[in-house]
Amino acid sequence: MTLSFQQILSRISFSVLAALIGICFALPLIWFLFAPFNARAELGLEIPSPFTLKNFFTVFENTFAMRGLLNSFIQSIGGVVLVGFAATLAAYALSRSDIPGKKSITYLLLLFSSVVSGSAAMVPIFLIVSKLGLIDTHVAVILVFAGGLLPTAMFILRDFIDGIPKSYEESAMVAGASSMQAFRDVALPVIRPGIVVVVVWAFVNIWGSFLIPFILLRSDELMPASVAIYSFYSEAGTPIVTLLAAYALIYSFPVISLYLFVNWKFGFRFFGGIKA
Amino acid sequence: MASISFQNVTKSFGDFNAVSNASFEINDGEFICLLGPSGCGKTTSLRMIAGLETPTSGRIYIGDKDVTGLHPRDRKISMVFQDYALYPHMNISQNIAYPLKVRGENEATRGERAQEVADVLKIGHLLDRLPAQISGGQQQRTSLARALVNPSQVYLFDEPLSNLDAKLRLEARGFLHHLQHSMGMTSVYVTHDQAEAMALATRVAVMDQGRIVQFATPMEIYRKPATTFVANFVGNPPMNLLPVEAMVEDNRLKVKADGLDVADIPMQRSFAEAVANNPNITLGVRPEHLRATAEAENVVRGKLFANENMGAEKLVTIERPDAARFTARIFTDDDIILSEDVALGFSSQHISLFDTDGNRLALDDE
Amino acid sequence: MKNFSLLSVRAGTLFFSPAAALVGAFVIVPFFWVIFVSFTNRTLLGKTALNPEFVGFDNYVALFNMETFFTRGQFGFSLILTIQFVLLSALIGQALLGMILAWLLQSTPKYVKVFSESAVIVAWILPEVVIGFAWFAFLDYDNGTLNMLTTALGLEPGDWLLDNPFWVIVFFNTWRGAAFSMMLFNSAFASLPPSYFQAADVAGATSFQKFKDIALPLIKGHVVTDLILITMWTFNVFTPFLLTQGGPSYRTELLSIYTYRVAFKDFEFGKGAAVGVVIMLINLAFALFYLRIAKQKHKGAE
Repeated sequence: MTLSFQQILSRISFSVLAALIGICFALPLIWFLFAPFNARAELGLEIPSPFTLKNFFTVFENTFAMRGLLNSFIQSIGGVVLVGFAATLAAYALSRSDIPGKKSITYLLLLFSSVVSGSAAMVPIFLIVSKLGLIDTHVAVILVFAGGLLPTAMFILRDFIDGIPKSYEESAMVAGASSMQAFRDVALPVIRPGIVVVVVWAFVNIWGSFLIPFILLRSDELMPASVAIYSFYSEAGTPIVTLLAAYALIYSFPVISLYLFVNWKFGFRFFGGIKA
Repeated sequence: MASISFQNVTKSFGDFNAVSNASFEINDGEFICLLGPSGCGKTTSLRMIAGLETPTSGRIYIGDKDVTGLHPRDRKISMVFQDYALYPHMNISQNIAYPLKVRGENEATRGERAQEVADVLKIGHLLDRLPAQISGGQQQRTSLARALVNPSQVYLFDEPLSNLDAKLRLEARGFLHHLQHSMGMTSVYVTHDQAEAMALATRVAVMDQGRIVQFATPMEIYRKPATTFVANFVGNPPMNLLPVEAMVEDNRLKVKADGLDVADIPMQRSFAEAVANNPNITLGVRPEHLRATAEAENVVRGKLFANENMGAEKLVTIERPDAARFTARIFTDDDIILSEDVALGFSSQHISLFDTDGNRLALDDE
Repeated sequence: MKNFSLLSVRAGTLFFSPAAALVGAFVIVPFFWVIFVSFTNRTLLGKTALNPEFVGFDNYVALFNMETFFTRGQFGFSLILTIQFVLLSALIGQALLGMILAWLLQSTPKYVKVFSESAVIVAWILPEVVIGFAWFAFLDYDNGTLNMLTTALGLEPGDWLLDNPFWVIVFFNTWRGAAFSMMLFNSAFASLPPSYFQAADVAGATSFQKFKDIALPLIKGHVVTDLILITMWTFNVFTPFLLTQGGPSYRTELLSIYTYRVAFKDFEFGKGAAVGVVIMLINLAFALFYLRIAKQKHKGAE
């Protein structure tokens, strides 16, 4: 096919425009690409010479920073296990059992979860957690996240399970399986990709979040990395840029690799299609 | 093996009656096909035998046992699903042996039995593969093997061949027929493909809108369809149906329509009155009972509409003055020459007649 | 007779109960509790922390006190600021930019597509704190990348966070969230049969005509979905706090940040709860609208 001059011009201008927008989006992050590898990094853009991993070793030796990562890990894993477990069971019940009013339950859950946002509910969440005596504990963060992420997780998983033919479990039961056997032997392995997606989604959400641990935690020993980074750069005085840049990169690593993993494994472009 | 009995079974979903007051008996060792268009209640009936649906009213027996409220696993049945329902995370051997696993057989026995059945079905070399790694025909056999691995009282099939392409389907059909013949298992087979039902069944239950319209041997259904619905549904191309006006004289039926010469037909006295009250009846002739000749007891005339060569036969369609079409299936090696005006002849013994409501009118020998 | 089901009602209830307990305790109870607290003078510390008094509508009256309503640092100011923020950064910024990107990237060479798409998505998937920190460095007066660029272009460097804090968070949020709209519109465009556009090509349509006459009318549903979702998220977003802490002098204090300050800095839980109730009411309106449209769409698809 031959293109007219006009078409070629429009193609080129499209590409130039798209590339320009891409550059604008990349600009705020270019600094972040270099600073972690520069032993003398400041807030200015500077190509590190030499490239060094020294900043990362500083982070590894900093107990406060490492504890932050560990805390993020504890809270995320705890929340993810709870969300994965409860959402799988609940979504299966919503899809496969005849519990009365399951349609309205799903509708109400969705409604509540979008109405009760973190910013609207921070006061009562704080009050409930303090009433339970859980202020300044990992458990508090884990429970609050589990509750907040569950409605969406259940909804995603229920859709997924609805898309799986019932004949899987039916054939298992005709073959002699009980409901529980059919769930364990047949349904659960078939649902697993859906669970993986939900779990990854929940992990990224908890790992990256700031507000909830910021409100619910007080002691430095429990702070997740997000709160640690914030307090590093927001407090008065010049932040230790070298350490912070490397730390932020390490902290971002799980999120980026999970994104790439999901993208590769499921071609799932709609990562976190419904963000909490 | 066991018999199956339906006693006044009804299944409703809300206001919709999927199956209405169905009663029938299936004898031990029979191969029954439930035949009908989609939504006629055939799959629901099958699923009620399996226990995957509970009847709204009525009872179902397998053998002497009332199984109406029994869980599927307690019914000693096997079932092949339309989509095969092969578990994607288990290999072929594990898939086949799953019924043995849930019944507590040890692993060695399971492997042995799976191998045995797989060999019979010619998939013995695929046991280590996953379902996604084998062809559609092989998947179909795997699901069949899973149904056969555990001896059951009743074998249920839910359109098991509908996902295969035409050639494979014929092959699988022949195989199923052979299998049922050699094992004599009581089978209930759901299909919307009339050819499949004719080929496989010892008896066919034709269903329409939740009711069983006719329950008889394939030949009887073919030769003496109980209603115009059955006449239309069974046979390809279907029976030619033509609305005609009837008169009765001396227990002989006279039929009138434009471009139609029909000899008098002897009929039973009891129907004489019915026809006299309601003279608008339907005449039916199967396409293969028509010949391209005007020299016959009965003749129908029209303009040539289509002449399709099928290889072994020709499908000749004429259009009558009232725009109704008549298709003849003509077996001939000669190239018959058809002019614009065509006359098709047929013998009186091949005529079916239906009253205004579409029910068969029995002729004197029936 | 009990109908057969894959999971009995009893087992189903059992399966459902852990999720029900968690959601009940941390979503549904807070919903009602925040309403209750908004009618009290509960504080974080002091006497009223333990024995809050019922004060009726006092908190709401204080919020809607017209004398101070529009004053910086007051409820009305934050509400209006938030509405402007949503309009500019979500509806205009994210949705429009996302739409343009999705359209452009359909017909650009692969490496441009991969580069631009990756840049937009990375801005979206990185944790919010990292983004906050990156922008903190980006906007630094002395050394930041932005001022380096403006100086290189011969312009005056700006102290952006001090001089134009509102526009900073508008651009910040546009940048942060454009990926969602881009990906949504991307998949919307991809769902259209290519033959539609080939037919238009044969007819000699320009890219803009194809967009306006074919693509846009066909993805109307996606546009509405996108607009409602990003409106809801932007309305509740807390991330700008990580860049500006609501300042300077309350000029970027969105409703969510205002709630946080009232409740956890000024320790007025009752008043913070009242703001929470107002936010929830606005959320409710959006959510009901969204669920209704989603339901209609669902029905249309059947």
